[in-house]
Amino acid sequence: MNSLQNLREVMRRDRVFDFMLQTTGLEVDLSHGTILYLEDVSVSFDGFKAINDLNLYIDAGELRCIIGPNGAGKTTMMDIITGKTRPDKGSAFFGQNINLLHLNEAEIAQAGIGRKFQKPTVFEFHTVFENLELSMAGDKRVWQTFRARMEGSQLDRISNVLEIIGLQECHHKLAGSLSHGQKQWLEIGMLLMQNPKLLLVDEPVAGMTHQEMERTAELLTSLAGEHTVVVVEHDMDFVRSIARKVTVLHQGSVLAEGSMDEVQNDRRVVEVYLGE
Amino acid sequence: MRLFNPLKQDRGGQLFLATLVLAMLLVPMLNLMLPESSPFHISTYTITLLGKYLAFALLAIAVDLAWGYLGILSLGHGAFFALGGYAMGMYLMRQIGERGVYGNPLLPDFMVFLNWDSLPWFWYGFDMFWFALLMVMLAPGVLAFVFGWLAFRSRVTGVYLSIITQALTYALMLAFFRNEMGFGGNNGLTDFKDILGFNLQDDTTRIALFVATALMLAVGYIVCRAIVASRLGRVAVAIRDAEDRTRFVGYRVEYVKLAIFTFSAVLAGIAGALYVPQVGIINPGEFSPLNSIEIVIWVAVGGRATLYGAAAGAIMVNYGKSYFTAALPEVWLFALGALFVLVTLFLPKGVIGLLKRRRAES
Amino acid sequence: MTLIRIFQWLLLVSLCTAATLVNAAAVASDDPLNSAAALLKSSSFKDKSKAVDLLSAHAGEQAGVVLEAFLDNRLYTAKADKRLVIADSRGEAYAVTDALTNEDLGRTAKNSLKIITLNNSLRRQIREALALSDLRHPDADRRLAAVNQLLDRPAAEHAKLLQPLLEQERDARVRDAMQIVTALGALTSDDVRQRLSAIETLEGNVHPAVRNGLAKLQRNAQDPEVLKKIGKVLESIESKLQIYRFIENMFFGLSLGSVLVLAAIGLAITFGVMGVINMAHGELIMIGAYTTYVIQLLLPDNIGASVLIAVPAAFVVSGLVGIAIERGVIRFLYGRSLETLLATFGISLILQQTVRSIFSPLNRSVETPAWMSGSWEINSALSLTLNRLYIIVFALLVFAALYLVLKKTSLGLQVRAVSQNRAMARAMGVRSEWVDAMTFGLGSGIAGVAGVALSQLTNVGPNLGQSYIIDSFMVVVFGGVGNLWGTLVSGMTLGVANKFMEPWSGAVLAKILVLVFIILFIQKRPRGLFPQKGRAAEG
Repeated sequence: MNSLQNLREVMRRDRVFDFMLQTTGLEVDLSHGTILYLEDVSVSFDGFKAINDLNLYIDAGELRCIIGPNGAGKTTMMDIITGKTRPDKGSAFFGQNINLLHLNEAEIAQAGIGRKFQKPTVFEFHTVFENLELSMAGDKRVWQTFRARMEGSQLDRISNVLEIIGLQECHHKLAGSLSHGQKQWLEIGMLLMQNPKLLLVDEPVAGMTHQEMERTAELLTSLAGEHTVVVVEHDMDFVRSIARKVTVLHQGSVLAEGSMDEVQNDRRVVEVYLGE
Repeated sequence: MRLFNPLKQDRGGQLFLATLVLAMLLVPMLNLMLPESSPFHISTYTITLLGKYLAFALLAIAVDLAWGYLGILSLGHGAFFALGGYAMGMYLMRQIGERGVYGNPLLPDFMVFLNWDSLPWFWYGFDMFWFALLMVMLAPGVLAFVFGWLAFRSRVTGVYLSIITQALTYALMLAFFRNEMGFGGNNGLTDFKDILGFNLQDDTTRIALFVATALMLAVGYIVCRAIVASRLGRVAVAIRDAEDRTRFVGYRVEYVKLAIFTFSAVLAGIAGALYVPQVGIINPGEFSPLNSIEIVIWVAVGGRATLYGAAAGAIMVNYGKSYFTAALPEVWLFALGALFVLVTLFLPKGVIGLLKRRRAES
Repeated sequence: MTLIRIFQWLLLVSLCTAATLVNAAAVASDDPLNSAAALLKSSSFKDKSKAVDLLSAHAGEQAGVVLEAFLDNRLYTAKADKRLVIADSRGEAYAVTDALTNEDLGRTAKNSLKIITLNNSLRRQIREALALSDLRHPDADRRLAAVNQLLDRPAAEHAKLLQPLLEQERDARVRDAMQIVTALGALTSDDVRQRLSAIETLEGNVHPAVRNGLAKLQRNAQDPEVLKKIGKVLESIESKLQIYRFIENMFFGLSLGSVLVLAAIGLAITFGVMGVINMAHGELIMIGAYTTYVIQLLLPDNIGASVLIAVPAAFVVSGLVGIAIERGVIRFLYGRSLETLLATFGISLILQQTVRSIFSPLNRSVETPAWMSGSWEINSALSLTLNRLYIIVFALLVFAALYLVLKKTSLGLQVRAVSQNRAMARAMGVRSEWVDAMTFGLGSGIAGVAGVALSQLTNVGPNLGQSYIIDSFMVVVFGGVGNLWGTLVSGMTLGVANKFMEPWSGAVLAKILVLVFIILFIQKRPRGLFPQKGRAAEG
């Protein structure tokens, strides 16, 4: 029966064979207004289900906050979207047309998904300027990278971002010598240089002062609209300050979704966070 | 000339290239113009020795490109070097022609000795110099490409990669020791007569080989410098320091690695091809894992991720080796062993790093 | 003229009479020993052959002595008194005994003796005759050896000869062997029925003589029934032999695998548990082997005990060297694995050269104790050498001991804790520095123990370690880093694979193929056969 099903799948006339579909270098199609589809995604490590039948849709231009207790699967979800982890089952689409499960990390990044890690990772032996230069959107193939020259508009873009992240003063310093907060900012700057359609931001304000936190909130809200921003954060005050729509993850699937107030009054959410 | 732009900020490189040019001019002059009695006369023997060091320096630069900048500690560059050497050796072997002991116009002596009646297919074409040169680059290049394609795609990194490159060298050594491989087995290829029609024993040929090696070292240095100074070079360093991050920024890490690793292997092959006519022999011992690790220590002694440091390290260590193995043969392995330990413990940035720090302090 | 003629005639007659008289005396003599002795002195090989027959028919002890001496070219006639003697070279002179009475005749010069020559057919005859006399020997082993000798030259007469003996034989092994001889003899019988039943009794017997005998019959026989039967029996023998060959290959493979496991398991600890690349591991093995050598030098009269003493001694010596390496160099390089690789390689060079300076660069051979040499003969087609058998057992013991140490002792617990999370282990009060040193010492000590085992298989030299280091790394990487079981399985697998490939590819090519296989395997499964899974392993 199974093979018959497969055969039927092959014979369908409303679809093109998978291997004939162009998988890389596509412009993301946002015609339906949804930028990210995660459907029935499951993944397990050694029998532990990190993600369990997760369904998540992100609208284009939205600023979405994702919260949830430790082990809820937030980071694993990001890993799946960015190609670091392959799900056991389910599908992940970027826009209407890009199947994320067919792409590797670099292709996903080039398709327009940028990611900031939980632990700030920058290129420690490069200067701040070079960190931004390397992240800059553009042709990243080997020969083109070898031949690449800095153009005026690109220089402008870098100094623009340097200004946004407040690191103009130390653009020639090695990234490894920056403070923890500065590294966070630099990583956000690198994300901006990539000019992604979708930004995945994992705990952006950890280790930041209150003022820096406010500036980050400001920056992220300003980015929403033109870009789509997904923020994973533990700091509830921060989430409240930026959130329009909040998704609560619990044990690898969506527990609740809605505005901050709705979510906070959801009985199940309260149970999960506070216990019985 | 964009190729030379990176040299403008490269003080060490300028000094290195200037020294090379000086050597290219001065060494032949001191050999040809001064009488042998003069204290400044450089004997042909010394020139060949220097030429050998320079070939090693080129090899060291190749290793530094992969290790210092890309973070791939290859314990297989000895194999690429040897492959280049074998390709050149095969050309030199075919040049012997009827002058071999058995006087066979087509078959090298060892094949006659093994009672082979025809030339194996992979020896075809090596009577032509251009073909041999192509193979000098292709043989190590293709091996590095295939090996790298497999290894980098499946993200074998760090010590794992080092160990399997070492296994590769070891496997090749065992293979080349076999007579059936058709590369002269144990004895390798030797008894060369001439190159491009010039007698290899002639002083002028030896000087020409020295100059060619120095020239190639300079070219190799300039190209490597161009690579590391380009954005590609910065991506390489980014991969060395944070491979995953580089991937998430959108670079195809495996391709970058593959390109630079393959280029480095080709450079090593060229070094091998320059080495063989000067020493007059190539045998499977060149594949021994010890050789490959020794190259790494040249780079470490000089200072990695500097290129010129690697070249300087190769020359220094090999000078030491020549000195010790002649004067105190038992001491050499102790010295080499101690060098490994002391450099990794106390001189992580090599001699160049030490000099830079001195300069910064004063 | 006539006088002379008459004289000549007389001379002739007297000579003839003398000759006949000698012959008559020999034939008429009641004592077969004496008559045989007389025949032996004849220059005709035919007479000598008769003498051998006489001697072998006469079952006495002395007959055997004479035959053996004859076979060894020790049988002479004394020129002086024409006595038959056995002479043994004692430097210049010969010690002589009377061949018939065993009487000591003192010493004599070589030129006073004349050797009794023999040819190949005589030699064969004597050997068979000796075998026949051995067949009645009271010692069962002697009897078995004699029967086996007959097996090498099967003939119908042997069968007849053995028939009466077979009935008296009590020893099962000897009986079996005798039955084969009888059956092989019956193969050449003219009666088809007898041949068929003989073939039947030979079914499944793996002695090479059986196979040869059957194959020979197959070439000569015409009877289709016989041919069919032979074909079947030969096939069954062949398939049995194949199984034995498989077992033998497996055994060789496992013993090679055991060597690999022994060499690699110490590495599995230092590399797997601590993440330290120890290129000097091979030299720690070498030090273990040299420890065995030194202990044998100290105890030259007690080789068996010296090997047993060497095991703990090598563990301690290599372990201490390992701890010195860890304290002196490696602890400064934690977290910089590539640098560790280089530094330990330097140490390996220093250790090699040290050993070369102390013991000379030449290989030293370590003696194998008596209880380890020889082989265990399971049947005529399958025998397993004891030293390899011991190595397998030893490797498994070492593995079990190590496993228990890591699982059951507090050191093992601390080692595992440090390897999983160094910072947390320290916070819990584990002295991580002490644990590092102990772990490294343990891994190095095991390497030393491996050296003891290796010294029983190969010569001990300064390069001993080098030849094992790459193999050891391959075993650890193939098995999956940080997994003792993985090391065991991968070592055994690689050993067996190597041995099974050897027959068609040759040893060197087999090794190359295994290396290439591992290189490719690592591409497919970078974490080895038994990877550590989960989020912790990702980091």
